[in-house]
Amino acid sequence: MHAPHTSSPRPVPCTLAGMVEGARLSVPMLPGVLVFAAAVGAASAEKGLTLGQAVLMSFSVYAGASQLLALQLWPEVFSLSAIAALVVVTTAVNLRFLLMGASLQPWLSRGPAGAIHLGLAGLTDANFVIGSRYHAEGGQDAGVFVGAGLFMWIIWTLATIPGHALGHLLTDPKRFAIDMVMPLTFTAMSVGLFRLRRDRLAWPVAAAIAVVTAQLVSGYWFIITGAIAGSLAAGAFRDRD
Amino acid sequence: MTGTEWAGPVTAILAMAAATYAVRFAGYWIMSRVPLTPFLRAALEALPGAIIVATVVPLAMRGGLSAWIGIATATLAMVAVRKDIVALATGMGAVMAARALGLP
Repeated sequence: MHAPHTSSPRPVPCTLAGMVEGARLSVPMLPGVLVFAAAVGAASAEKGLTLGQAVLMSFSVYAGASQLLALQLWPEVFSLSAIAALVVVTTAVNLRFLLMGASLQPWLSRGPAGAIHLGLAGLTDANFVIGSRYHAEGGQDAGVFVGAGLFMWIIWTLATIPGHALGHLLTDPKRFAIDMVMPLTFTAMSVGLFRLRRDRLAWPVAAAIAVVTAQLVSGYWFIITGAIAGSLAAGAFRDRD
Repeated sequence: MTGTEWAGPVTAILAMAAATYAVRFAGYWIMSRVPLTPFLRAALEALPGAIIVATVVPLAMRGGLSAWIGIATATLAMVAVRKDIVALATGMGAVMAARALGLP
């Protein structure tokens, strides 16, 4: 991979076998997704959402951290400004999807448009990481990204229902390290993504800027600033051979 | 009961969904209109890893020593056996053990 490669013109397939493989690769994330969705369902019940509204939110927004944060700000009276505040919070928490979509574009743009748009509609951290790692290891089938997204979308929506009904039983998730499921899954997946020549500078820069941002600004901005800084470092100090 | 009290929550939910979809498609759309220079290609190739690092490290710092023990254990397990589910299980086991011992 030394030649200054331009974008490969080869089309990318999206097969059923790839989608099944994407679902299979999602299995390690299921415990985290189930518990998180149940927690969102429980929070919805607490804020007075009906079961239908809770399911509608999980199905249509399908972005857990932003749902949880929005529920914390859930108003009693739905004025225009209250709704605008919810939209701003949701957008801020989900701004990382913008970077994820940008990062996937060179691969997915060579796939079938309909399937890719369905996959993008279900873009979250989980299928982003699964798809990125699969592609970094040489995989081409866009079905892996699409299938992982659709599979987790269904699980997420369904798991909101028992959460809404029974979620109050989940008293101490920290004791069972449930709160660490997502960071640990990400950690495990990052092992396969690391490339020494490319990332030896990008990763420390991403970590440092993210940590500084987290100290200074509340919310999830640290993901955005850290990711952009690490990515720019990799671009600026790329090997020019 | 006015019969329309669902309207506020449902409007809020649909507005949140619309904003999230806009973000989901925006990055992809922008990249399809920007020429892929060598700089941008190198930056994009490093982006997935950078996103993960920028997510995990601050969350681990908030989680304290037990979180770091779990992350170190999961990394070692992943390097050793290359199986996500094993890395996750050993990492969670390490976090539970650290917390049971009273570590922060």
